[in-house]
This record gives sequence, structure tokens and C-alpha cells, in this order.
Amino acid sequence: MKELYDTISLQFTLKDFHQQKPNLAFATAEKQQLIALLTYMRDVHRYTHLVFVTAVDWLEENRFQITYMLHNYDIKADFGIRVMLDRDKPVMESIHHLWEQGRVYQRELHEMFGIDFPGSPGVNEPMILEGWQGPPVMRRDFDTAKYSLETYDHRPRDTREPESHMKEKLYPED
Amino acid sequence: MSYMDKTTGIPEQGITPPIPDTGEMPDREWRKDDKTLTNAELTLEEQDWFCDARPTPAKPAWGPVEKFYNWARANSLWILAFGTGCGAIELRPLVTARYDISRLGMQPRPTPRQASVFMIGGYVSIKTLKRIVRSYEQMQGPKFVVAVCSCAINGGMYWDSYNTVKRIDQYIPVDVYVTGCMPRPEAVMAGFSKLKELILAGKAEGQNLYAEKFDWYKANQKQVIKDWNMPDYNW
Ligand code: SF4
Repeated sequence: MKELYDTISLQFTLKDFHQQKPNLAFATAEKQQLIALLTYMRDVHRYTHLVFVTAVDWLEENRFQITYMLHNYDIKADFGIRVMLDRDKPVMESIHHLWEQGRVYQRELHEMFGIDFPGSPGVNEPMILEGWQGPPVMRRDFDTAKYSLETYDHRPRDTREPESHMKEKLYPED
Repeated sequence: MSYMDKTTGIPEQGITPPIPDTGEMPDREWRKDDKTLTNAELTLEEQDWFCDARPTPAKPAWGPVEKFYNWARANSLWILAFGTGCGAIELRPLVTARYDISRLGMQPRPTPRQASVFMIGGYVSIKTLKRIVRSYEQMQGPKFVVAVCSCAINGGMYWDSYNTVKRIDQYIPVDVYVTGCMPRPEAVMAGFSKLKELILAGKAEGQNLYAEKFDWYKANQKQVIKDWNMPDYNW
């Protein structure tokens, strides 16, 4: 897949090539070139299938990474394209015109990470969190345990150390 | 308020004043006494589709008759199983040949209208809680709730999740809990036996509790369901 990377690099700015398996490789692309690159991969190199779109929250580097995974049915190979977004202004171009199912992933990313995809149909509708009012839940600075303790009523519980508890119960005289 | 005769301007006595015709939609404030529900979160049109009466506790019949009723109730438990979480998978062995609960007079039903036991199978997310509340209210009385799984009791392994409620008994009354992650079919059957005992002893009064503490339950429900777009009581 290195040849493919070298071929694409003639036209697009790519970096961080990483060959994970013989038929799986990743590369990082520029945000501005992404739509052109995906179209080129799909139409010229026959990576016709969008496997998934997912995001990673690099909190320490203040970035979001979006990974577009493409699959080529002819040679049974996957190519993952990463783009980095500014975490303070997470806006990305929509790919729903290239792959219709892209809008579902984008709707999910919007709900879970708060990444906006202007123009993607229905991107602002809730996907699984109906009536959610808190921050986007998959961001790493969202403390779910704290939110849960504050929001929901927890059943009080008493915890016992099993060894001493059973000793007390079975052999109280010792 | 006195009702003026339009031509003479003299107040007429002895006529119940109708709602003055101002050309606007009638003001719904008049509904707001403690006997009626406002369904305020619905649109005006939708408010008319749903009943605005509150649930009322059912009065028990005369002693021996009530005992007979309870015996009959305990021996024909029809289950509405709501597979909210992974624990719902235990219902399949329960109703099929190996454990076969129909020999105990129980059978699964497809609709809340025909069921008397509401079985909640696992963790309850907020989205599911909305459906649970509606299904529970749609069930005909007498109705009982069996909550299966640790997650239904105290959140289980989802205790720190942002989207699951931790105690179902805050939102609907629960008669029997079955612990386990997930409980074996034997444990679920033991839970149903316990429910039978409670019914025979006349202690499974969750429905009446719901009617008596209706405001408390509603307040709890509305506290976690942020986009309340349901009727206040739905049956
Ligand atoms: S208690 Fe275990 S089996 Fe039951 S819903 Fe929770 S995680 Fe699933």
C-alpha cells in the first residue's frame, strides 16, 4: 500500500503513513483537501465503500481526529484517512453527497462529540439521546460519573469487606 | 363572575356562565385544579386527545371476595416483557420448553392492555424510561412490576452512566426485584413465586401506591426526562 500512498502524495499533502497490516494502512490528510481526496480515492482508486467514520478526542493536544475508513472490493484492502480538527472550533465538511450513509455517522458524531457538519441532512436531530441537555457525551472532559451522581438518585448501599464480614458472621466469638 | 345580557347589560342570574367567546382558543387555566391533569407539555390539539383524569386507588372488595380475587390474580400472571437491557434474554428459556412458565399459569402477552405483570429486563435509559412509563400506565389494573437484573436495582455496572436511571422504583412502583447479572431463569421464576406470595397476601399494591403518590412519581419522572412530550397520565 506504500505505492498507493506515494501515488496519492503526488497530488495531495499526506503524512504519517502507517501500514498496520498488509491490506490496512492509514495516512493523515489536510482538512481542506479531504473531500477532493475522498472523491479521488473513490472514483480513481476504486475505494468505493465507506466502512465507517469515527472520531477520537485528543484532549491534551486540543484536537479532534476524524477517521474515514475506505474499502476496495477488488483488492480487498482498507485505507484509513485521518484529518485533524481544532477542538475549539470543530467544524468539518459533510461527505453525504459522496456516500449517502455518511449523514448517519455525521449525525452521531455531532451528538457524541459536538462536531458540526454544516449541510448534512438532519445533523442536528437527536440520534439516541432524546432530550439531552448536557455537553456532548464522548468528549473526554465530560465526567460521566460526576454527572450521574449529580443527576440521578442512587440507591444507598453499605459495603463490607468480605473476609471480616463473614468472619464476624460465622465465628463471632473469635 | 357575572354574565351580562348583551342587549340590556343586566346581569342574569341562575345561568352557569359559559366560557366567554373572545375569538381565541379557550384558556386552559380553568382546568388546573387538583382533580385534572393539564397535559401542559402537549400542543393544544393533542391535549384533547388524552384523558385528564388522575388515577385513583382501587378499593379492595369485601374480605373473602378480595382473597378470592387475589387467588385468581396470582394464578394467571400474564407478562408484558420489556427487554430494556441484556437481562431480557432470560425470558426466552423461561417461556420455551425447558422452564416452561405456562405450567405456572403465566404467558407472555404482546400488548400492555392484556398484561398484568410488567417485566423490566435490565438497565433503563432515559429514552426507555419514557416508553416504560407509558406502557405501565397503559396496563389495566391490577398490575404488578418485576424488575430483573442488578442494573434495575442500583444501576449495576452502569452506575456511572450518564444516561441510565439507577433506581426504577423512583419512577414506577416495583413489587419484586430479581438480582443477578444476569439472573438465571430459576432466579426469575423464584421472583415470580415471590410475587405470587405477595399477591396472595394482598401486599402487591404498587398500582395503588402509584395512584396515591402520583405527584411524587410524576415529579421524579419529569426531573430526568427533560423533553417531556407525553400526556401526564396515559391509559
Ligand atoms: S445486570 Fe447485567 S445482564 Fe442485567 S442489564 Fe445489567 S449488565 Fe445486563
